[in-house]
Amino acid sequence: MADKQSSSAEAYWKANVRLVLWLLAVWFAVSYGAGILLADWLDQFRLFGFKLGFWFAQQGSIYVFVGLIFFYVWKMNRLDREHDVHED
Amino acid sequence: MDVMTWTYLLVGASFALYIGIAIWSRAGSTSEYYVAGGGVPPVVNGMATAADWMSAASFISMAGLIAFMGRDGGVYLMGWTGGYVLLALLLAPYLRKFGKFTVPDFVGDRYYSQTARLVAVVCAIFVSFTYVAGQMRGVGIVFSRFLEVDITTGVIIGMAIVFFYAVLGGMKGITYTQVAQYCVLIFAYMVPAIFISLMLTGNPIPQLGFGSTLADGSHLIDKLDGLVTQLGFTAYTSGVKPTIDVFCITLALMVGTAGLPHVIVRFFTVPRVKDARKSAGWALLFIAILYTTAPAIAAFARTNLIETVADKPYAEAPAWVKNWEKTGLIKWEDKNGDGTMQYVAAKDRNEMTIDRDIMVLANPEIAKLPNWVIALVAAGGLAAALSTAAGLLLVISTSISHDLLKKTLMPRITEKQELLFARIGAAAAVCVAGYLGINPPGFVAQVVAFAFGLAAASFFPAIILGIFSKRMNKEGAIAGMVTGISITAAYIVYFKFINAGAGVDQWFLGISPEGFGAVGMVVNFVVAVTVAALTQAPPKSVQDMVEHIRVPRGAGAAHAH
Repeated sequence: MADKQSSSAEAYWKANVRLVLWLLAVWFAVSYGAGILLADWLDQFRLFGFKLGFWFAQQGSIYVFVGLIFFYVWKMNRLDREHDVHED
Repeated sequence: MDVMTWTYLLVGASFALYIGIAIWSRAGSTSEYYVAGGGVPPVVNGMATAADWMSAASFISMAGLIAFMGRDGGVYLMGWTGGYVLLALLLAPYLRKFGKFTVPDFVGDRYYSQTARLVAVVCAIFVSFTYVAGQMRGVGIVFSRFLEVDITTGVIIGMAIVFFYAVLGGMKGITYTQVAQYCVLIFAYMVPAIFISLMLTGNPIPQLGFGSTLADGSHLIDKLDGLVTQLGFTAYTSGVKPTIDVFCITLALMVGTAGLPHVIVRFFTVPRVKDARKSAGWALLFIAILYTTAPAIAAFARTNLIETVADKPYAEAPAWVKNWEKTGLIKWEDKNGDGTMQYVAAKDRNEMTIDRDIMVLANPEIAKLPNWVIALVAAGGLAAALSTAAGLLLVISTSISHDLLKKTLMPRITEKQELLFARIGAAAAVCVAGYLGINPPGFVAQVVAFAFGLAAASFFPAIILGIFSKRMNKEGAIAGMVTGISITAAYIVYFKFINAGAGVDQWFLGISPEGFGAVGMVVNFVVAVTVAALTQAPPKSVQDMVEHIRVPRGAGAAHAH
C-alpha cells in the first residue's frame, strides 16, 4: 500500500514538472522571445495597428501570462484528481 | 466645484471607508494577525494581492517612465507581471501546503538551520524597509500637490491612517482594506484613460485605442513615432537599451517579484492549495488591467504633451504647466530667449525639464478632463501607496515578532505576548517608515532596484531548490544565498555609489546594475548545486517534508507549530 502510494505520488510529481516546463517554455517564448530577442524582426508585421514586436513587449505577453496561470489551475485540478491527491 | 473641494471630498470619503473596514475586521489571534486566519477566498485574496503589489511606483511613475522610454518600457510591464507566472507555477501552491506564516519560516525549516532563518529575516526586513520609504514619499507628493499641505504633514496623515489599520487589523484588516483600495485605484486609473482614449481615437477601451487611428486617419503610434523622431528622439516603438540589458532587467524584475516576501506571504492566507494557485491567477488578472492600460496612457500622454507644449509660446502655456512648475516638477529655461518652449532631444537646445512622475497625475489636466477626475486620481494614488505600505509593514512586524522573537530569541512567549510584540513592531516600523518618507535618503529609486536584485539573488533560488530538489541541503542553500547576495550587492553599490559615472562600457557584458540581479540569481543556483553535491544530503525528516509539500492533499490552515 505504502509503495503504491509513493509510486503514484512520483507519477503525479513527474506529470506536474512536465506541465510546468511546457508552460514556462511558452512564458519564455512570448516575453523574452517575441518581446525582446525577436522584437525587431517581428516589427515588420502588424496586428490591430501595432508593430508586432512592440505589441508583445507592451501588451501581448501580459495577456498570455494571465492565460497561462488559468490554464495551469485548470490542468492541475484535473491532475490532482487523476492521481488522487486532491483536497477534500 | 473646484479641484480642491473635490479632492478633499474624495480623499476624505476613501479614508473613512478604510477606517470603517479596519474597525469591522480587527484581528484577535496571531493566526488572524499574520495570515487572516487562512480563510480568505481566492478572488478576494487576488484583489488584495493586486493592491498590495501595485505601489505608488506602479500607479504614479510607471506610465511616465514608459512614456519616455518607448519600447524599452516593456521591461517593467513584462518584468512586473511575468513574475506571477513563476509564483503560481513554482512557489505559491507548495508554500501554501507547507502552511506556516512567513518566508523565513520556510527557509529555516527546510534548511534545518537557524543561520538560514536569520539570513532570511535580515533580507526580508531590509527589502521591506527600502520599499516602504518609497511609498511614504508617494503619499507626501500627492498630498502636497493636491491638498496643498506640505510633504511632512502629508506623510504624518498617511502614517496615522496606516498605523490605525495595520496595527489594529493585522493581515485580516489589511486584506479587506486592500480590496477597497484596489477598487478605488483601478477606477481612478481607468476613468481618465477611457476619457483620453475616446477623445484621441474614438475607442473607449484604452488597450484598443492605443492601436487605433486618430481623427486624421493615421495610426496613433505611427504619429507618435513621427513626432518624436522630428524632435530628435529615437522612434517610440524601437528600443535604445542593448538587448542583453533589456533581457537581464526583465529577468531580474520577474524573479525579484517572485521572491518578494510581502507578495509570497499572501498565498498563506487562502484555505487550500488549489486556492493558492487560483488566487495567483486572479491577482495577475487584476494587475493586468492596470498594466495593459499603462502603456496606452504612456503613448497618449507623450502625444498630448508634445502637441500642447513643443514650440508653443510660454505666454500661452496651459494652466497645468504653471501649476506643476510651482512643485518644481516642470522646469522651463528660455535658453535662446525667444519666449517659446523648445522640447527637443539635443540637451544643449532643450528648454523643458519634465519629471516623469507627473505624467499620470497631470494627464487629466493636460487632457482638460473635469475636476472630479483630477481629484479621483489623487485618491487613487493614495490608495496605491497606502495599500502597499500596509502590506510591507506587516512583513516587518511579523519578521520581528514571529521570526526573530518567537522562533529565535524568546521561544517561551505566549500567543498573546507575541501578538502584542507584532503590534509594537508594526507601530515602530510605521514611525521609521514615516521618518524615511520625510527625510528620504537621496537614493530611494536606486534602493528599490536594489531590493529587487537582492530578492532575485537570495530568496528565489533558495525556495525553488527547496521544493524541486530533495538533495539540496543547508550548506548549499546558505552558500548560494550568501554569494548571490554579496556579488549582486557589490555590483550595485560599486556602479550606483562608488563609480556612478561608469556607463555601459564598464558594465559586465553591458548589464546595468538594475539587471544584475539576474546574474546574481544564476550564480546562486550554480554555487548552491555545486556545494550541495559535495556535502551531506539533508536528513530523512527534511526529505519527507519535501515530499509532503509536493502533493496538495492534507493542507490544514496555516499554523504556528
